Amino acid sequence: MIELKVNGRSHSVSADPDTPLLYVLRDDLQLNAAKFGCGLGQCGSCTVLVDGAPTLSCVTPIMLLEGRQITTLEGLGTLEDPGPLQRAFIEEQAAQCGYCIPGMMMRAQALLERNPHASDAEIRAQLEPNLCRCGTHMRILQAVRRAATLMAGPGPSPGTVVTHAPSAAGPQVDSSDAEADAREDARSRPAHSERRERPER
Amino acid sequence: MKTFVTRRVVIRLLWVLCFGAAGFVVYAWRSAIPPADLPSADSFDAETIRRGAQLAALGNCATCHTAPAGETFAGGRAVATPFGTIYSTNITPDLTTGIGRWSRAAFERAMREGVDREGAHLYPAFPYDHYTLLTDADSAALYAFMMTRQPVEGRTPDNHLPFPLNMRFILAGWKLLFFREGRYQPDTTHDAQWNRGAYLANGIGHCGACHTPRNSLGAEIRTRHFAGGEAEGWRAYAINSDSQSYEAWNADALHSFLREGWHEQHGDAHGPMAPVTHNLASAADSDVQAMAAYVASVMGKPAPGRHQDAATDPPSNDAGAAIYAATCASCHDGTRPLPFGGVKLTLSTAATGETPTNLIKVILDGLHPPEGTAGAIMPGFSSTLTDGQLESLVSYIRANFGARPPWTGVDTSVREARSRLSD
Repeated sequence: MIELKVNGRSHSVSADPDTPLLYVLRDDLQLNAAKFGCGLGQCGSCTVLVDGAPTLSCVTPIMLLEGRQITTLEGLGTLEDPGPLQRAFIEEQAAQCGYCIPGMMMRAQALLERNPHASDAEIRAQLEPNLCRCGTHMRILQAVRRAATLMAGPGPSPGTVVTHAPSAAGPQVDSSDAEADAREDARSRPAHSERRERPER
Repeated sequence: MKTFVTRRVVIRLLWVLCFGAAGFVVYAWRSAIPPADLPSADSFDAETIRRGAQLAALGNCATCHTAPAGETFAGGRAVATPFGTIYSTNITPDLTTGIGRWSRAAFERAMREGVDREGAHLYPAFPYDHYTLLTDADSAALYAFMMTRQPVEGRTPDNHLPFPLNMRFILAGWKLLFFREGRYQPDTTHDAQWNRGAYLANGIGHCGACHTPRNSLGAEIRTRHFAGGEAEGWRAYAINSDSQSYEAWNADALHSFLREGWHEQHGDAHGPMAPVTHNLASAADSDVQAMAAYVASVMGKPAPGRHQDAATDPPSNDAGAAIYAATCASCHDGTRPLPFGGVKLTLSTAATGETPTNLIKVILDGLHPPEGTAGAIMPGFSSTLTDGQLESLVSYIRANFGARPPWTGVDTSVREARSRLSD
């Protein structure tokens, strides 16, 4: 058993120690915001925070994470009480298909926690590793700027991680309606399991 | 009586010192070369400019003389040295902030003697100790190319160097000790292609600026030519007979690596070598072939027994093995072809090389080809691997893939690489 601290809560996980964090988040903890994109650590859709630093959860085995603070998009707020970054993305309608958005948001969160007054150039540089194939890039940038303003105003400080029990807090915030469909789609898609390449043991 | 003698000796010593200092100032002094009018573009023939462009590619000029996201050749890139930070200068032909007022003689003096138009000594971060080898024709071609670039107005930041290194005249002393001015002298025991390669690699290509170790005053140690050095926090591997590459290099492999930034038996050029190979892709192919032939000849035959140093029975390292299996093996030990899989680490100089520096940097940072260029991609693991986990992993890779005796000071290298990461 490995103890994982996710969004402020401890979980005992029985998965193999070499299981990528992404699979544990989605399959065992039902935290479905982080997405399986390329599975190679190259697209950024699986980004979560480990001790505040953006981390590609699809290439990170859980054996490295004992005792570390893991934050997923679900940790930034709830449907009833979205965090500033989530409010900003909703207000700017910054998602099209939405698949890349949780990764974009986590990387943006890491930047704004470190640098609440990030410049446009810094925001672009920070988000550069994350790929989006739709085209809401300009809205994503606007949303991050808006989030910086919201975080600076009254309300929870940028670093606040809202802890909540998924069952008690109801459905979790996702970045768009379309995304829920995408998630459903990803679950039922047989290719999903085929793409789970693991080292031969 | 004794006091009197001592006083006399002290006074004499002071005189000697004064004369010495005055003599040094005279020795260090260089006259300014009067500002010239910018030569018009049609005063150069197209072939000369084209040749200059190829030389600039061979010399990797644009890499140092361009700031991140800045205009090409407009300077301003910070070059970290053990002595302080030096900013590259604007070498576009802008009349006020660039070299637009430099005559051909002023340009040639900078290239060959390390003195700018106003007469100030240049820091050897600008490798005039190599460029001094350039022929008149090549120097003229490079001048023609630079003077026909788009002028960009832009001042570059002042250097951050402590006293007395910020006094440029003391560089005359450095030059006296370490700098030999002079054109390339062919070695008649070798053929024309070898000589061409030696001229390019040691001259405009300035390979030794990174691949030759430097002494405590920052000068290349001539007796250890190509024995491996440092560049921007990276290890520049030995490219002489000390090369630790698993597969011995030859001229064909070097040519292909220098042109394409990649070779299947040797892996990928990264760190400061990546832009070098990117530039060499646009240099004249015969020139890159000549450099490859020369460097292969310097490397010679690999030392016998190079692969027999390996610990036949690597020390057990369960922690490192487990991290490798869970984190690295799915790409580096899998069946996926490139670019979806990684290079086999047995072939990687990162595992066989002289120091763990590059292996640690790549594991922490990953590989990210610059915008618009092709190259290997790897995610970095700085946010997840603790220093202890990284040390175990590096030791495991060294023992099992590098098959060489363990590195010393892995913990120090990890801390150094980590501190550079947060810069």
